[in-house]
Amino acid sequence: MESSVRKKLLPSAKGKSFLKQRWLYIMMLLPLTSLIIWNYIPMYGIIISFKDYSPAFGILHSPWVGFDHFERFFNAFYFKDVIINTLRISLYSLAVGVPLPIILALMFNEIRNKKYKSIVQTISYIPNFISVIIIVGMVMFFTSPVDGVINAVIQYFGGEPIDFIGNPRLFPHVFVWSGIWQSVGWGTLIYTAAMSGIPQDQYEAAYIEGASRLKCIWYITIPAIMPTIVICTILATGSVMSVGFEKVLLMQNDANLATSEVLSTYMYKAGILNAEYSFSAAVGFFNNLINFIVLYLVNKFAQKFSETSLW
Amino acid sequence: MDYQLSRGDKVFNWFNMVLVGILTLIILYPLLFVVFASLSDPRQIFDHVLLLWPRGFTLDGYKRVFGNSDIWMGFKNAIIYTGLGTAVNVIMTTLAAYPLSRRDFRGRNVITMLFTFTMFFSGGLIPTYLVNQALGIVNTMWVMIIPGAISVYNMIIMRTYFQQNIPLELEESAFIDGATDMQLLLKIVLPLSTPIIAVMMMFYGVGRWNGYFDAMIYLSDRNLFPLQLILREILVQNQMGDSVNQAIMTANQSEVNSLKQSIKYAVVVVSSVPVLIFYPVVSKYFEKGIMVGAIKG
Repeated sequence: MESSVRKKLLPSAKGKSFLKQRWLYIMMLLPLTSLIIWNYIPMYGIIISFKDYSPAFGILHSPWVGFDHFERFFNAFYFKDVIINTLRISLYSLAVGVPLPIILALMFNEIRNKKYKSIVQTISYIPNFISVIIIVGMVMFFTSPVDGVINAVIQYFGGEPIDFIGNPRLFPHVFVWSGIWQSVGWGTLIYTAAMSGIPQDQYEAAYIEGASRLKCIWYITIPAIMPTIVICTILATGSVMSVGFEKVLLMQNDANLATSEVLSTYMYKAGILNAEYSFSAAVGFFNNLINFIVLYLVNKFAQKFSETSLW
Repeated sequence: MDYQLSRGDKVFNWFNMVLVGILTLIILYPLLFVVFASLSDPRQIFDHVLLLWPRGFTLDGYKRVFGNSDIWMGFKNAIIYTGLGTAVNVIMTTLAAYPLSRRDFRGRNVITMLFTFTMFFSGGLIPTYLVNQALGIVNTMWVMIIPGAISVYNMIIMRTYFQQNIPLELEESAFIDGATDMQLLLKIVLPLSTPIIAVMMMFYGVGRWNGYFDAMIYLSDRNLFPLQLILREILVQNQMGDSVNQAIMTANQSEVNSLKQSIKYAVVVVSSVPVLIFYPVVSKYFEKGIMVGAIKG
């Protein structure tokens, strides 16, 4: 922060008035308006989860009902299932989705042939740019029991075709691993960037000392990217209740509902399809609150046990 | 580093290269499969275990796709939403990122906090829906363009880029020449920021092109549907509209099924082409400079 030192040295910078910076405030005007309308007013709108919202009365004049909607949700017979399904998919995603990009980035980093490295990296980024609808369409191309690639292979070797998506036991695997396929390459990018900042002489010194490649990774590369790993992990845990909502919704069908109904799809159905606005807002508030609390706790934990944290 | 490699290091190198190669093929094959399958006769795709080239070459799927009026309409809408929406995104993100990159900007910390808080907490689906409803933009093209103007994550990347790449001296000398902050942004900062603007256009553009959820909840008028909603009907719900209706009149069930398959493969390719054309142009900027901004944010 060299400039903050400067600010103290230069009296003219310190005395900058509102008027002098008017253009900066004018620039902020539109972004702030948008932030207030689409981010902060909806936060205010959360109060409908404590009311019985009806369009006729609007948010302000709808009657208060206290925690009725939350009680109804917590007492619903599917409550436990929905929570378990959500946690199953999201913890599974975290357990695989956080370490795999790190491992792949380390592997990329150890490739000495520059051309080969850039080809494999570029290929691995591509799936990230494909829409979730196409991803789900492709999952179906591959897993369909009638004309799917994987079942064609299974049948070729004399096996019985398997309905991967329709089977509630297999659904979480299909969901998580298709997500890994899509995002693992792109996930390496942030670690690759962090690794590019490691001074080469550290490796040279280690080489002279006779350290093996694995030792270099363990004692130089990983400690150097540790702050990035911590930040990415904290951020990932901050959406633990949200899962990949848009994808779950597309992959969901009557057959796999037993494991595919998660908090966010449940909220969507209650709110948008059944127009139970207040109830759905309550479910959404619960969802976001848990996310925020988890993020806060994980960040606290990180503050205590490492030097890096979000704030 | 051109020192002598030890034997262990050589083995390590080869092992690593082969393993990465296999993983890359696993990532690449599904994409290639779709391209090959879209050019193949659907009845021959599974004649052998793996499809390694188009089998029974045909363009039938593509002909059906381009003959489908829904797909053309979806394309047109998606181009409008993506073009205008991305413009709104990039302009708004720049307008927020530049003042926040200026360390002498008063109120910078408070405003930054207002933005970052929304990364971790939001009103949720229903309250946001009610806001759009109150604004009267539900079921109009505007709901696909105006809301969600700024992704805070992208804004932070851009802010950090400005901080690291625009020399302070340049700004100060412009001030001495009497330039306003707006002139500074337009005439000095932006011309030096092509890479970050290209990356922002790519990130936002891909998001707009690929998104389906907002369209699904906010649009009910079919004439406003973007391509992804049409794709959803074809790929996920197995509805083909007018591309197969004619065929159903004339052909038997298995022919209809194989026609449906080839339409699906072709539509995936056609709808991904716009993104994949821009990808190589921008991918060279993905490297360190830009993503480092994300880490330090």
